[in-house]
Amino acid sequence: MRSGRESGKPAEDGRSSPVALTVNGVRHDLTLDNRATLLDALRERLALIGSKKGCDHGQCGSCTVLLDGRRVKSCLILAVTLDGRAVVTVEGLAGPEDLSPLQAAFVARDAFQCGYCTPGQLCSARGMLDEVARDWPSAVTEDLTAPVELTDAEVRERMSGNLCRCAAYPNIVAAIRDAAAAR
Amino acid sequence: MRAFRYQRPADVAEAVALLDAEPDAAYLGGGTNLVDLMKLGVQRPDLLVDVTGLPLDTVDTLPDGGLRVGATVRNSDLAAHPAVRRDHPLLSRALLAGASGQLRNMATTAGNLLQRTRCVYFQDTGKACNKREPGTGCAARHGQNRDLAILGWSEFCVATHPSDLAVALVALDAVLEVYDPGGAREIPVAELHRTPGEQPERETNLPRGALITAVRVPPLPFARRCTYLKARDRATFAFAVGSVAAALDLDGDTVRDVRLAYGAVAHRPWRAYRAEEALRGRPFTAELAARAADAELAAARPLPHNGFKVALIRNLTVRALTGLAAAVPR
Ligand SMILES: Cc1cc2nc3c(=O)[nH]c(=O)nc-3n(C[C@H](O)[C@H](O)[C@H](O)COP(=O)(O)OP(=O)(O)OC[C@H]3O[C@@H](n4cnc5c(N)ncnc54)[C@H](O)[C@@H]3O)c2cc1C
Ligand code: SF4
Ligand code: FES
Ligand code: FES
Repeated sequence: MRSGRESGKPAEDGRSSPVALTVNGVRHDLTLDNRATLLDALRERLALIGSKKGCDHGQCGSCTVLLDGRRVKSCLILAVTLDGRAVVTVEGLAGPEDLSPLQAAFVARDAFQCGYCTPGQLCSARGMLDEVARDWPSAVTEDLTAPVELTDAEVRERMSGNLCRCAAYPNIVAAIRDAAAAR
Repeated sequence: MRAFRYQRPADVAEAVALLDAEPDAAYLGGGTNLVDLMKLGVQRPDLLVDVTGLPLDTVDTLPDGGLRVGATVRNSDLAAHPAVRRDHPLLSRALLAGASGQLRNMATTAGNLLQRTRCVYFQDTGKACNKREPGTGCAARHGQNRDLAILGWSEFCVATHPSDLAVALVALDAVLEVYDPGGAREIPVAELHRTPGEQPERETNLPRGALITAVRVPPLPFARRCTYLKARDRATFAFAVGSVAAALDLDGDTVRDVRLAYGAVAHRPWRAYRAEEALRGRPFTAELAARAADAELAAARPLPHNGFKVALIRNLTVRALTGLAAAVPR
């Protein structure tokens, strides 16, 4: 992994910019073409290839990461807008020897087949459970002002921004409910 | 994507001055629509003026019970705001019916209102499109127009406006606070978007370079009972094929007041004034609701592939209003 200030092209034409980005706790001082998305910066510049490019248009969720703790789609965020911000990718959720409870639940429930959507599902689920903890309502929440009860329908609606071409959906829902119950 | 410069203005005046000085500049909100369209080559700004750092990110309740929503408040924060959930739930309902959790965490209030049409020909630079390139024609007029307009379209453009939030704001008589080189001004959300006429490239009545700074929602206590019904091609995470925002106030059986607006049927969110007029002061029945919808939809001119939308909107209107009538205390 590269870190430290890179000797990128000077930004004299104004079409690239210095960006200080903290990823998984490590600060990187980059010079980035203003056109670079967060997803491309993560994959191409920082070699963090856990975040996946499925559609590049906000439609599939495989690029989901946490930005200052909130889940977002990294394919539609320009990295130049993130100077001073902190990102967590699937690589930052836990190390290979100590899976997070959410990751362990995905393994235990067999919540994937090819695994392409999984990094996005995991980051999205992490952000989603924080939203539930703050009692954010969803489209299927009947009473907007009541505490949220995390039913299967709630999990499905809240995870609808993450598609799975292998259709592992039932097991993804089960894994997330396990992880929520263990919180 | 065309290379571009990027600026983060310190205040509203600087943002407006930056845009005023550059013919090819654009404001950047959450980027969920603009960045997408830049990737597709549909929008090619030379300068992005990022407004998300401006101090326009608060939701404030006003002394009269109304609400003032900053232009850069994220859609998710607005939908989850306690005062919105309690007093202006139509906004939460419309927002939560749209996009996905991740996108709502990014998308801003102003960006949502100014998002561009999802007409597939508009998004494809290889196709004729008067909106993208005036004078080239409209590939949708005799192409795949199932998702497009039934009301208010012209031979020049049959696109629809895709925002769910805008439909709710139009129903609630919300007003935009705008800042442009001439100073501050206000414009009702219902007058923000235009019908296409001969100039589909002119989508709003905002002066060039205008920055939306806030949206004000007046108090409307009866609209705490409201519904946002959205028909789409899959259960969730899809744009509307047609939608209805409704709030109903009954005095006994009589309709004291009502708000009704339609989404995904026209180039702008469609306030159903005629239907409201047909309902007010009359004893509420499902038949009355259907007649009111018919009064509004008498002006509909469906395209070859979207005739079903007339019945869809009529049925959604009846379902929304009868559901509310059953729930409203008399
Ligand atoms: C896969 C997908 C599904 C979606 N589904 C839905 C849906 O079901 N319903 C729905 O309503 N929407 C949906 N959306 C659209 C989404 O809601 C919009 O993209 C979003 O609201 C735009 O907000 P933004 O802040 O990201 O705008 P941006 O992309 O940053 O900007 C949009 C436009 O607004 C202008 N702008 C931004 N801020 C200002 C300002 N303060 N003053 C003046 N101009 C400004 C920009 O210049 C640009 O022209 C979906 C989007 C995607 C990608
Ligand atoms: S309907 Fe409007 S946006 Fe779509 S192709 Fe025709 S002119 Fe372009
Ligand atoms: S790659 Fe970002 S949503 Fe598909
Ligand atoms: S596991 Fe293959 S796409 Fe989800």
